[in-house]
Amino acid sequence: MEIEIPYNVTARPDTGAYNAKIGIWLFLASEVMLFGGLFSAYIFLRMGATHWPHHLLNVPMGLFNTVVLITSSITMVMAWTALKMRQFQSYRRWLGATLVCGVLFLCVKSLEYKDKLHHYGVILNNGQEITGHLEMTPEEAMKSNVLRILPDAEDAGSFGYQLQSIFGRPAAAGEEKVLEIPKSDIQWWSNFTPRYSTFLATYFTMTGLHGLHIIGGLLVLGFFWGPGAKLYRTNPEHLANRVEVAGLFWHFVDLVWIFLFPTLYLL
Amino acid sequence: MDEQRHKTAQPQGGEGKAPSHGTGHHEHHPELSWWRRYVFSTDHKVIGIQYMITSLLVALFGFGLMVVMRWQLSFPGKPVPVIGPLLTAVFGANLAPGGVMTPNLYNSFGAIHGTMMIFMAIVPALFAGFGNFVVPLQIGAPDMTFPRLNMASFWTFFVGVLIMLGSFLVPGGAAKSGWTSYPPLANVSDTGMGFEPILNGQTLWLIGMAFNITGSLLGSVNIIATIIQLRAPGLQWMRLPVFVWSELVTAFLLLLAFPPLESAAVMQLMDRLFGTSFFSPDGLVIGGRHWPVSGGGSALLWQHLFWFLGHPEVYVQILPTMGIVGEVIANNTRKPLWSYKIFVYSLLSIGFLSMVVWAHHMYMTGMGQSITTFFQIFTTIISIPSVLLGTVLLLSLWGGSIRLPVPMLFALAWLPMFGIGGLTGLPLGWTASDMVLHDTYYVIGHFHYMMAPASIMGLFAGIYYWFPKATGRMMNEFWGKVHFWMTIIFFNGVFFPMLIQGFAGVHRRWYDGGAGWQMAQPVLWLNQVMSVSAWILAIGQIPFIINFFWSIWRGKRVTSDNPWQANTLEWAAPTPPGHGNFTHPMAVYRGPYEYSVPGAAHDYLPQWVEEESKVPEPKLSSV
Repeated sequence: MEIEIPYNVTARPDTGAYNAKIGIWLFLASEVMLFGGLFSAYIFLRMGATHWPHHLLNVPMGLFNTVVLITSSITMVMAWTALKMRQFQSYRRWLGATLVCGVLFLCVKSLEYKDKLHHYGVILNNGQEITGHLEMTPEEAMKSNVLRILPDAEDAGSFGYQLQSIFGRPAAAGEEKVLEIPKSDIQWWSNFTPRYSTFLATYFTMTGLHGLHIIGGLLVLGFFWGPGAKLYRTNPEHLANRVEVAGLFWHFVDLVWIFLFPTLYLL
Repeated sequence: MDEQRHKTAQPQGGEGKAPSHGTGHHEHHPELSWWRRYVFSTDHKVIGIQYMITSLLVALFGFGLMVVMRWQLSFPGKPVPVIGPLLTAVFGANLAPGGVMTPNLYNSFGAIHGTMMIFMAIVPALFAGFGNFVVPLQIGAPDMTFPRLNMASFWTFFVGVLIMLGSFLVPGGAAKSGWTSYPPLANVSDTGMGFEPILNGQTLWLIGMAFNITGSLLGSVNIIATIIQLRAPGLQWMRLPVFVWSELVTAFLLLLAFPPLESAAVMQLMDRLFGTSFFSPDGLVIGGRHWPVSGGGSALLWQHLFWFLGHPEVYVQILPTMGIVGEVIANNTRKPLWSYKIFVYSLLSIGFLSMVVWAHHMYMTGMGQSITTFFQIFTTIISIPSVLLGTVLLLSLWGGSIRLPVPMLFALAWLPMFGIGGLTGLPLGWTASDMVLHDTYYVIGHFHYMMAPASIMGLFAGIYYWFPKATGRMMNEFWGKVHFWMTIIFFNGVFFPMLIQGFAGVHRRWYDGGAGWQMAQPVLWLNQVMSVSAWILAIGQIPFIINFFWSIWRGKRVTSDNPWQANTLEWAAPTPPGHGNFTHPMAVYRGPYEYSVPGAAHDYLPQWVEEESKVPEPKLSSV
């Protein structure tokens, strides 16, 4: 049988915390180091880079996701407060809202990923880089001797353009002409996968790892929304502690995004 | 063992002479199945023993790899005797034709020897094995704070070990890029023709390490939380046994230094699986062919992230042994440590400083003068607390009435080994001398003195010391002494000649032991000395293995819960402790090393005994 461990639910007087709270803070410290490793890698690689792309990512979408995550942090705190006040229905509603926000974040993120994977870059023999969208299917492009590509607009990096591009091709795109580039002029072409450039490698790795944390957080929160909530009947304080600890993790994941957004989208 | 305990269950013995049996809370609970008690157990003692046995087996395996490699170094190109056919059978005619080690096989053995010995043998044995078994007992806790997390920690680690072992069996064999896995070599090795995309040596190395890192993360969270939360009443910070302190510092190092390596492993996995260029520089040419990646990465980045773990890892391996040796020396000199305070503060400063010395492994990479200056300064500074620790332990011997049981022999031998290991490190910490010695056998000799003789002396001291608490029986004294002398003599036989060879310039990665280099000829005979020493060292471990298992079932029974007459709380628990550890709540009344207190009835005053002694509440056992 499990042994009764002291201070599982109540705080130890001289440390002022129950066990899981110490545990989660230690875990978060290690998480800081994990993401710290990636952020240092980003700085290190960017400092050594000859060329670093700007405005490659869709800022409105990233901003929207930032708002979504901050909202989810607020609802998370509300869920915990409701539990502390022993308002179970309210707790379920707030935690449900947190879950919805998390899922919404992931949906937007996967749209962004999809966008990137449909964006192409071509490096010509003279070293010039052209980015844009294929005007043919990838299968055709593989076989054909010519790449038909619609280059990105001049103002593709602007906020307004990016905002429009979420809902369809912006009007300005009509001015651009489809380029036909013979493959003999091309040194290398590919869609925006992690291997395309160091920037995209860092982008996919960091946001991917962050996304995994979101998924993990959603699983834990989902458990406390569903089957885990049964604990309320026997030991509501214990459930409140668990939700507090899960919430700390959730806030941390939120915080990581607060750093990721400016680092990758704005700088 | 547990069966026996139930048959002979007696009323609780309290502090009596006869060892009490751990039946405390046990009878109130329904019996657990055999699987839950011995395999998927959440009991910290079972998990500690699981960690210990697994890591000792891994250590034996890692040593075995080296025993074979030593043949190749002494007799390059000759078929390995005895196990040659086995090598050919297991690794195939490509890697071991006719029982001869090929360079690839040699590199695999070297990489896995380093990886497994460090990450899967020494650290889990010292940190997790002793940490799990001893720490909750020493602080008077019923278990770790998170018992199920503890079980998860062990099994994650165990999967990591299996992956690492299994990597020998995939096409092309295990990882070959050294235990440091430096890119770009590690990015390009084990790829292409004849290699699977995921099931290849280097990728499995990364996946195995990810499991290992995750396991140690869970373990370190658990150890720290346990020490913070579950100390018995009265066990203030400055009354903690030094072993608990050393585990605390070690756990913080693992907690904070390992994650950057995990992120580095993620990046190397991206490089290998998705073709990114985190560690591939511009214009990388492999085998005359432009390597098909975008470039823009940095091999130096990996080295920074790797050594950010790698150097604290060295202290992770030596700090717990300092704690063990401190316990054993205080117990067997029957007097307090020379200065408990200096010991603790030195541990803490080593813990802090070890995080800012990592780049002294990278002087030769051309990272710049100002950076090397910074790291030289801190590398030199960290030797101060290290010397203080050694000095405290050495001076503790002065004026003691020293007993010499086997654990004390190992603890005493730890001192000179630590001394040699530490002092040989200084020339490597300064760029001017490191330029000459870098990547020679001198480096191998230096760090093995720390990790092999010193760490393993501490490991054996701990095993012989706590064995009676774990099993209720003593290990055999005579065979213990045989084991000790075989180990100490031949350890030095293996590693001291390396220092000499290193001065002669023998490079650490040569596959022929230096036979192909004219300048190495005068020191080549030392290869035979080292190899023969290694083989006798292997034979010298047989008494230990037999003694270990024989003593579990047939050893001399202890006649008291406190056979060493020690002061710390683990000796207040029943022998062996049952689930839940103590038969009554523990309280602590004094520091851990109140030996030979004037006026006391015995020459030891246990922490848990509230004695109406004539002495006033003794001060901390420090000067």
